[in-house]
Amino acid sequence: MASIAPPLAPRKARRAARRRRPPIIPLALLLVVLIVPALAADLIAPHDPYQSHLRNRLQPPAFWGGSWEFPLGTDRLGRCMLSRILHGAWYALSISMVGIAIGAALGSAMGLIAGYARGLTDVVLMRLADISFALPAVLLVLALGVAWGPSLQAVLIVVAFVLWAQFARQVRGEVLSLRERDFVARARVAGAGHLRILLRHILPNVFNTIVVMATLQIGVIIILEATLSFLGIGIPRPAPTWGLLIADGRQFITSAWWISFFPGLAILLVVLSINLLGDWLRDRLDPRLRQI
Amino acid sequence: MIRFALSRLAQVLFTIWAITVLVFALSHATGSPLDTLLPDDATPEQIAALTSRLGLDQPYHIQYLRFLGSALQGDFGDSLRWRGEPALGLVLDRLPATLSLGGLAVLISLAVALPLGVVAATRKDSWIDLLARAIALLGQAIPAFWLGIVLIWVFAVWLQWLPTSGQGGLRHMILPAIAIAWFQIAALVRLTRSAMLDVLDTEYVKLARIKGLAESRVVWKHAFVNAASVPLTYFGILAGSVLTGSIVVETVFSWPGTGWLAIEAIRGRDFPVIQAVVLFFAVIFLAANYLVDLLYAWLDPRVRHG
Repeated sequence: MASIAPPLAPRKARRAARRRRPPIIPLALLLVVLIVPALAADLIAPHDPYQSHLRNRLQPPAFWGGSWEFPLGTDRLGRCMLSRILHGAWYALSISMVGIAIGAALGSAMGLIAGYARGLTDVVLMRLADISFALPAVLLVLALGVAWGPSLQAVLIVVAFVLWAQFARQVRGEVLSLRERDFVARARVAGAGHLRILLRHILPNVFNTIVVMATLQIGVIIILEATLSFLGIGIPRPAPTWGLLIADGRQFITSAWWISFFPGLAILLVVLSINLLGDWLRDRLDPRLRQI
Repeated sequence: MIRFALSRLAQVLFTIWAITVLVFALSHATGSPLDTLLPDDATPEQIAALTSRLGLDQPYHIQYLRFLGSALQGDFGDSLRWRGEPALGLVLDRLPATLSLGGLAVLISLAVALPLGVVAATRKDSWIDLLARAIALLGQAIPAFWLGIVLIWVFAVWLQWLPTSGQGGLRHMILPAIAIAWFQIAALVRLTRSAMLDVLDTEYVKLARIKGLAESRVVWKHAFVNAASVPLTYFGILAGSVLTGSIVVETVFSWPGTGWLAIEAIRGRDFPVIQAVVLFFAVIFLAANYLVDLLYAWLDPRVRHG
């Protein structure tokens, strides 16, 4: 009985082994470009990100004929681009984390309630989710942008709005089948209340799904925040968010390409790494989410 | 089929109504429009006159009904920034520029993504499949506005093949259209590839091969036609991403379309124009999705009876 499963072809086996290994390069990139700068920009940045060096305006990067004093060059006020990008990491990390936390918590709670209560509650909540899906986020951005101007709250509301319906749908679908399982019926016989059944018996079973979805959405949110800040309707100045840095470099595209280029490269590396990490996490924890 | 079409239409109308409420609530949640319309030293009489002329002394539900009534007739009031211009007229003036750019972007993404996705699936793990997967990964990770700036730098500043920005002929449209198409290509390649992989594994494709049909006929006639319904569902989302893309990319390339108008209106706190843009975009987006739903239900009877 030892060999019921046919042995994997060597090539397939190698690929399966590769899938099980944590993705080292994306993890390292994330640490270097996002996490360490976000937590310790003050310690590692060579300059104050707001300090202008007027005699060193628009200096090219070190490898492009500039000096090592400003490794990635300077902007129109002579501010050190490397220091500004390092300080910008904090905004990318904190806004995506807080935004995901709000959106995932709200959406998962709605999904748990809808799937568990069924009936009218379910219909109303899912219709609301349909409306959220039907509305492109950018419309809400426009409306909020003109109503409040650039602000942290507006960004977080847009992020939560973009996310909640996806979490709600996925979690609801799983709760619908979980609530029919024996362990829920037994918990009810043992005298557990609805809240206890939801939080202690059902939530742990959908938790992997929530974690995988949240990871796969971080990249989307980082790009959304950068886009809002680029358009001037995200995090207000003078915070050196990556989107704002790219916007500031736009008018110098003919003379000083590095101002816009490196913040965008940081976004690219971070989002790519997070997505690779999310794919790996999905294959480990919840392969059913493949189609997302 | 007709019942399905009508019930979907009711949902679409309900959603549009919900958006009018949202737009109305947002524009009233932020203080009165009087602040932007009147000078700081306006007399109480001027304030009172304008208040009653705009109906701001009425209860909210009356104000909402008046707003809804004029919106239905296409009247969103006059722009605050471009004095005297009706808001909807401004949006409609800029629409052709946005549609031509968006149309070119959709053409580019279909022309690149469908063949690439199909070939990647038929030659799984070949270099072309690796390329398709790399594009799919990168497409999600590159922000459109940054891609636009990099394209300007490479093709307009460095190589000097194409103009940097502005309007005028096809040459001005190539770079912005690529910047909008990029994200769609990534998503379409991924969908087409996985749909084709599923279809190529089915019995009827094996039968077609056993019958001895040419491989190109098996792939394009038998497999692709059946796999195509998956990218089709994506078309609704495509409409949304063209609208989103137009706002960002038009700003980067100074392309005088609706998206750029929207950003200008936000900077000038121009409520009437923003209301017109938001509702207009919502209607386009929902109509596109409605058509996709109908097409899909027509192709797949399970949908309309499910």
